[in-house]
Amino acid sequence: MSHAPQPLGAPVVRREGREKVTGTARYAAEHNAPDRLYGWIVPATVTSGRVTAIRTADALAVPDVHTVLTHENAPSLGETDDPILAVLQNARIPHRGWPVALVVAETLEAARAGAEALHVDYETADHDVVLTADHPRLYTPEEANGGFPAVRERGDAEAALAAAPVTIDATYTMGGLHNHPMEPHASTARWTEGHLTVHDSSQGSTTVRDTLSKAFGLDGSQITVLSRHVGGGFGSKGTPRPQVVLAAMASRHTGRPVQVVVHRRHMAALVGHRAPTVQRVRLGADRNGVLRAVSHEVATHTSRVKEFVEQAAVPARVMYASPHSRTAHRVAALDVPSPSWMRAPGEASGMYALESAMDELACALGVDPVELRLRNEPSAEPDSGRPFSSRNLAACLTEGARRFGWHGRDPQPAAREEGPWLLGTGVASATYPVLLSPSAASAHAAQDGSYTVRVNATDIGTGARTVLAQIAAAALGTAQENVTIDIGSSDLPAGSVAGGSSGTASWGTAVHKAATALVRRLGEGGTVPPEGITVTADTEEEAAEESPYARHAFGAHFAEVAVDSLTGEVRVRRLLGVYAAGRILNSRTARSQFIGGMVMGLGMALTEGSTMDPAFGDFTESDLASYHVPSCADVLDIQAHWIDEDDPHLNPMGSKGIGEIGIVGTAAAIGNAVRHATGARLRELPLTPDKLLPYLP
Amino acid sequence: MDTTPAKDERDAGRLTPADDRSTFTLHINGTAQTLTLDHRTTVLDALREHLGLTGAKKGCDHGQCGACTVLVDGRRANSCLLLAVAQQGSRITTVEGLAEGDRLHPLQEAFLERDALQCGYCTPGQICSAVGMIAESADGFPSHATPQEALADDGPVALGPDEIRERMSGNLCRCGAYPRIVEAIEDVAP
Repeated sequence: MSHAPQPLGAPVVRREGREKVTGTARYAAEHNAPDRLYGWIVPATVTSGRVTAIRTADALAVPDVHTVLTHENAPSLGETDDPILAVLQNARIPHRGWPVALVVAETLEAARAGAEALHVDYETADHDVVLTADHPRLYTPEEANGGFPAVRERGDAEAALAAAPVTIDATYTMGGLHNHPMEPHASTARWTEGHLTVHDSSQGSTTVRDTLSKAFGLDGSQITVLSRHVGGGFGSKGTPRPQVVLAAMASRHTGRPVQVVVHRRHMAALVGHRAPTVQRVRLGADRNGVLRAVSHEVATHTSRVKEFVEQAAVPARVMYASPHSRTAHRVAALDVPSPSWMRAPGEASGMYALESAMDELACALGVDPVELRLRNEPSAEPDSGRPFSSRNLAACLTEGARRFGWHGRDPQPAAREEGPWLLGTGVASATYPVLLSPSAASAHAAQDGSYTVRVNATDIGTGARTVLAQIAAAALGTAQENVTIDIGSSDLPAGSVAGGSSGTASWGTAVHKAATALVRRLGEGGTVPPEGITVTADTEEEAAEESPYARHAFGAHFAEVAVDSLTGEVRVRRLLGVYAAGRILNSRTARSQFIGGMVMGLGMALTEGSTMDPAFGDFTESDLASYHVPSCADVLDIQAHWIDEDDPHLNPMGSKGIGEIGIVGTAAAIGNAVRHATGARLRELPLTPDKLLPYLP
Repeated sequence: MDTTPAKDERDAGRLTPADDRSTFTLHINGTAQTLTLDHRTTVLDALREHLGLTGAKKGCDHGQCGACTVLVDGRRANSCLLLAVAQQGSRITTVEGLAEGDRLHPLQEAFLERDALQCGYCTPGQICSAVGMIAESADGFPSHATPQEALADDGPVALGPDEIRERMSGNLCRCGAYPRIVEAIEDVAP
């Protein structure tokens, strides 16, 4: 207990790091029980229709196969908040890959062989899986993801566009994208004496418990969901996914622990994806580049199972001043897997389009793209008129330009060669909202001067344990080493999801509140009794408060690319992100998150894309050999920096979220750099060699 | 290969052909482990499901992600692509076998110090791969990044960032820790 308190922001080494580098950190499918069974999900092999018969005899004859669960014998579920969880409840097939059975066996090998031996007969119906800009089934929903109105209009965008001396009208398209966390979605479920215990690979186990409680008709106190270590999620584990329901069903049916892991090749169809988008952006400006109109119109798809609308036009409501604006979403419900959250849903895809269009406008005007953005800084949030709690986009752009060596850039495209390589640079802005969800925490003081803080936070790789210990220690006036942090169990005080870049703010506010209450208690005098002192706090009130401010993090991305004129290959030689995201609470883990987001943005720009097979109706790139997430060789010089931002209107820590903004402007910055290098303005991601080659000398 | 007929330990009455499994010995982290396993069992599943060694991770079960990387007789391998029954006599080292007691392997230390990980799921594979990669370079194995003039030389290949990036590209990291991973390996590589 000799360590002195450290200020928030110190580069504290992540607490669970030693377990991770030694291989002793246990993930959801690693809680070996000697009597456990293995479940293997059998996906539908048709795209639309219904199951007419499942013949299980051959599967059951496979040695060591225990049970085959189908809609004919699976437990009936109660309410499922999310219809993707209503598996094995009826014969309907809403999309290819929908689970039609779970084969349960003594060994993994037997479960897999049993799945292959299962005969499923289908009655098929015509399917429709390909999104187009003019798809006849496109409609305007009430809301886009996040509860944003689907349409917002300010002034008269059409008239202003018609009258503007300079206009851009460009359509950007991207296919589906897959989260592909390295740990596949996995659950191990066990019923003992009426209590259901589940190890689940989840971004928030309180939500998993509540969902299972409704689905299985149990009281919350009869369920414990543990997510101690989670091998990434990037949104795809934000809410329960089908494997946890299947594991719980199978465990109840067999009376034994059951482990279910979604096979990598089934993930594209089962765990959500970033929906493809067709985005039309129109900008109208005067000759100085001052915007008069911004129009951002998004077409996207959802499934037949539920409506999820990628809110790609929402960032245009935040970014730039313009008296006239229209931002609108339309969606078509197709026979496709259900889309869901993927890192910065809305912002990542929407800012690719908006920031590419801003670059097009800069080129059309002959104005430097950094300068163009500075000329359109709003004094208040354009859509709401609310003042920003803090907005340092301009500082990010100017500091980034300085660090990157942007000044003196020759705007001429296709003007720099280095052997076969064409060189170029590009810039884009980034934004991500500040979110806060209700959470609870307890803080306990022991007689020996140590503290224990409990909150059902989830560490999906962010370093949640570490930063929460820092927040608690700062509030308690002690060294972080004196604070034990207990997270990752639904038996702990309820925590919100590790998503929306809101985890640290949400859990941290609760931890800070509990810790300061504990300090007050201890300050009232008296000695700490042998059992210690515990106080609890929750943040229902804080989370429900409507802020009078528009609260967002901002950032600027700069990229230098080299395009091989012979092969069309793009190499990102340098990538720089400069962020204004409130107070950075742990410089070591924060830098890792910013850079990680930029690496994913690099993938979005260059390598990642998933195409919908019109004949078979599923994503073609369904494994890691065909869906190319960036590899080590793709990632050269990546730097992340931030500017000090003191924003009193956020939370007790003064922090904004950092988990998602890194991806937001990266793809546009790279695309803009490719245009600068080659003169080719491609408007379809990813920028693979086949797309670039026709434009190269 | 020295295999003996499997003892049928399963329920009587089920269809259990005795020739679908064998008893064999794997040498794992210096310990001989005699196992009776289904012939379809991979080294990865033998480690994770039968020996409780869950450090090697299953990311794809296809040899595409590298999360399952272990060292087989000192060389790195995707353990999801190896049938356990075919590894009789092999010396297998997993991430659990790298530290000496409480003393971490230098690569484990470097990964911690550089924050070369986030979710940690690819980390054991990255570290095992780095151990194997450093040995391969020391033994003169070239890579795509090795300069032409160095190919004629049988001696060790110098490990700069380009070599490390190239040689580590069989280990995917979705958290994007690559820059820190390369730095961590540079800290340790000769």
